[in-house]
Amino acid sequence: MRYISYFLVGCFFGIVLTKAEVISWYRIYEMFRFESFHMYGIIGSAVCLGVVVVQLIKKFSILSVENVPIHIEEKEKGWKRYLLGGSFFGLGWALVGACPGPIYILIGAGFGSFILVLIGALLGTLCYGIVKGKLPH
Amino acid sequence: MSFYNTLPWYVAGPCITLVMFLLLYLGKRFGLSSSLKTTCSALGAGKKWSFFDYDWKADIWNLVFIAGTMVGGFIAYHFFMPEKAIVLSQNTNEALSQLGISNNEKYLPDFLLLKNISIKTIIILLGGGFLIGFGTRWANGCTSGHAISGLSNLQLPSLIAVIGFFIGGLLMTHFLLPLIF
Repeated sequence: MRYISYFLVGCFFGIVLTKAEVISWYRIYEMFRFESFHMYGIIGSAVCLGVVVVQLIKKFSILSVENVPIHIEEKEKGWKRYLLGGSFFGLGWALVGACPGPIYILIGAGFGSFILVLIGALLGTLCYGIVKGKLPH
Repeated sequence: MSFYNTLPWYVAGPCITLVMFLLLYLGKRFGLSSSLKTTCSALGAGKKWSFFDYDWKADIWNLVFIAGTMVGGFIAYHFFMPEKAIVLSQNTNEALSQLGISNNEKYLPDFLLLKNISIKTIIILLGGGFLIGFGTRWANGCTSGHAISGLSNLQLPSLIAVIGFFIGGLLMTHFLLPLIF
């Protein structure tokens, strides 16, 4: 039963990102050229509202569906993995114009070429898991 | 505002926050790139590499969520988007025509479509995907995990990750794309 909820929330997410054109390469290209407010408005408003929501969750110990207070994990300290890994991801994001979510959404929308992007992403993830110990974190 | 226009940012942004909240409420977290690791584990990578040797069955919800995004993408693209053209700023259009990339009213440029498949296209698609998969796992998150969830929780590591996203993105957009095209 719970799985239906995850599925429906995913559906909603896919519709929003498609309708807002977040999954379009053109929008990402425009964003990295700082020539439109659209993407910054989306991420900015999501984060601003998100800060309020997270503060409210913590202040009022809002319960999850399992009746325990919602717990949000802190990110591990450090900077190397975030800066270096983040830059790698940024290169890919600007090249094919998709972050992980839009890869799936584009495949669903019928863009078969993104199956190749997904295969690449799985290989990249696999490769990271193999060479992890040799990378700075 | 017509139902068929581009969803404005001030609607899309709060909708994304709602998705984050709903997943937290369901006892999970909002992070799309984890699904790549889950998939690798589900395909058996854990037998050989310890990084993937974990209880991936606990993360099946993530794959169900992904299946939902695909269906959502299908519904929205085919039924809610009769206008597929992306209306870009004048400056962006000029930069695109300088690169020889047309704004073809198909949501994605020709070089990312299967009908124009060439060795170059395949390398771009696989290579771009590789950078995304490798980078997000190294940084332990992508746009949803760091830019939305992490920044909403005022996490410094997430801010550093987002700065990284932009270092890579700006480098690709302004220096590498002109070399590729």
